[in-house]
Amino acid sequence: MLGLGDFWVALVYILCIASALLCLVYGVLNWNRGGEPSPLEIKEGARWKKEEQKIEDKL
Amino acid sequence: MNIMLLSTIVLVYLFITGYLGFLGYRRTKNATDYMVAGRTVHPYIMALSYGATFISTSAIVGFGGAAAVFGMGILYLTFLNIFMGIFVAFVFFGKRTRMMGLNLNAHTFPELLGKRYDSVFLQGMSGLLIFLFMPIYTAVVLMGGAQFIAEVLQVNYNSALFFFTVIIAIYVIMGGLKGVMYTDAFQGTLMFIGMLLLLVLTYVRLGGVTAAHQKLTDLSSAAVQIFGAKGHTGWTSFPKFGSIYWWELVTTIVLGVGIGVLSQPQLAVRFMTVKSNRELNRAVGVGGVFILMMTGVAFTVGALTNVYFVHHPEFQKISLLAAGKNVEKIIPLYINKAFPQWFTAVFMVTLLAAAMSTLSSQFHTMGTSAGRDVYESWFKGKGNTLIITKVAMLITILISLFLAWGLPAFFEGGTAIIARGTAIFFGLCSAAFLPMFIGALYSKRITKAGALWGFWAGFLSSLLWTLFIHLKESQPLLLCKTLFGKDSLAAGTNWTVVDPLVVSLPLAIVVTIVASRFSRPPGDKHLNQCFKGIE
Repeated sequence: MLGLGDFWVALVYILCIASALLCLVYGVLNWNRGGEPSPLEIKEGARWKKEEQKIEDKL
Repeated sequence: MNIMLLSTIVLVYLFITGYLGFLGYRRTKNATDYMVAGRTVHPYIMALSYGATFISTSAIVGFGGAAAVFGMGILYLTFLNIFMGIFVAFVFFGKRTRMMGLNLNAHTFPELLGKRYDSVFLQGMSGLLIFLFMPIYTAVVLMGGAQFIAEVLQVNYNSALFFFTVIIAIYVIMGGLKGVMYTDAFQGTLMFIGMLLLLVLTYVRLGGVTAAHQKLTDLSSAAVQIFGAKGHTGWTSFPKFGSIYWWELVTTIVLGVGIGVLSQPQLAVRFMTVKSNRELNRAVGVGGVFILMMTGVAFTVGALTNVYFVHHPEFQKISLLAAGKNVEKIIPLYINKAFPQWFTAVFMVTLLAAAMSTLSSQFHTMGTSAGRDVYESWFKGKGNTLIITKVAMLITILISLFLAWGLPAFFEGGTAIIARGTAIFFGLCSAAFLPMFIGALYSKRITKAGALWGFWAGFLSSLLWTLFIHLKESQPLLLCKTLFGKDSLAAGTNWTVVDPLVVSLPLAIVVTIVASRFSRPPGDKHLNQCFKGIE
């Protein structure tokens, strides 16, 4: 197939393209998913910023 | 090669890189900016930075050359690079790493592990491992880049090495991770264009996809004649099961580097640079296609160079012989002979970009490990995090520079050791970090004792196998010869070609699980903090 010498190499040639397509399709299908940070993340983020500020102030 | 044309292209490239590094510097205001780029990086930049860091010049030139010898079976590495290195890494590791990093206020990979297992010792040891062993991996890339500049611009190797290091050092130390990632994204874009052109031009020149493959398949008798004794069956078929080539291909190249990518500290830290899972989702698509264009193209074209050289009136022999038996020279020779000058110039910049994007991240990771993880955590370092990290970065850069300059100059086997640097570092990282990293993200039952025992089991077994069994390292390192009078303790058996990872990773996994089974699980309060927001 595709001029390739054995099954295993033909398989991997297709697997490489298929896995890149899998990544692409996954990326497109989930393009907008997980965008809004959960309330928890906002809280953690705020705590993070506060700690960061404290360190900066100390310095 | 027209030096004027090339110098102009290289200078324009360096100018843009410098400007992006400066942009990173301008936008860096605090330690979070410096270490995890403020956690608000654009998905395109994140994905390209991850990919460009992952793929160094040696992945294109070194492994592309290896493909000219082993054939297209090496594409299994590309498959693992995409499937494990991008899909599994982003979807199954990335999201949890990002959230846990935020929960634990971690700025580096060792800090994430240390805080997750509540062990300052573990953080320091992990940082120390990176600090001690990453310079040899960095030296590989540094040497590759400098040799390449020396050859192309026809300057002295030592001066090329020095200036090359200084340029990268400036934008890494000044710009922090923002500088690194902005330049990475630019360099990644260049790499993508260069490799795409290489693929298209090669297939066109050889008469199309199927026709090119068929021509390579038709040459299999030549491959069997030359490499048949070691198990070669042709460039478009897999080596004979159980033969030397089979073991080398499967264990070292495919498993060693393919699986090793999952616990690379310089890559894992990138998951902590984005704001939400959406950025990671988007980055998966960009990353997958990018890696296919990098190693996929390098390996396919690498193997196909045999068709070109065999049919070329000047050579009429296979790639390895055409390049004077120097694997590293196969791709550069092919580019020089087969393509017009403008493409050679474009490809040169592609390779320069590949080296610089990997190096900048290595410098950054080594610096943060030494500064944040070792100095701050162990010595309870007081003082400015940024300054300590910058100084640490400078020290690690000097060590890498010294290795790239000194090892080949003073030590007979120096070049051979450096050539193995990538594999040594990937092997050590996988064995030491991977079991506890998976445990950290997915299991509440893996304990601090389990993580520590697993770390030691993986690290030591990988190191010992490298020093005393795996011939490719044990021979140039000379330690085995000095102590036991032979190059490998397993001399004469197939064990000498089995990659350390194949032995040390399973061992580390078993030790981590068993030690966790017999020690007290971490407290609920700590676990709740770690797994907050992770279902």
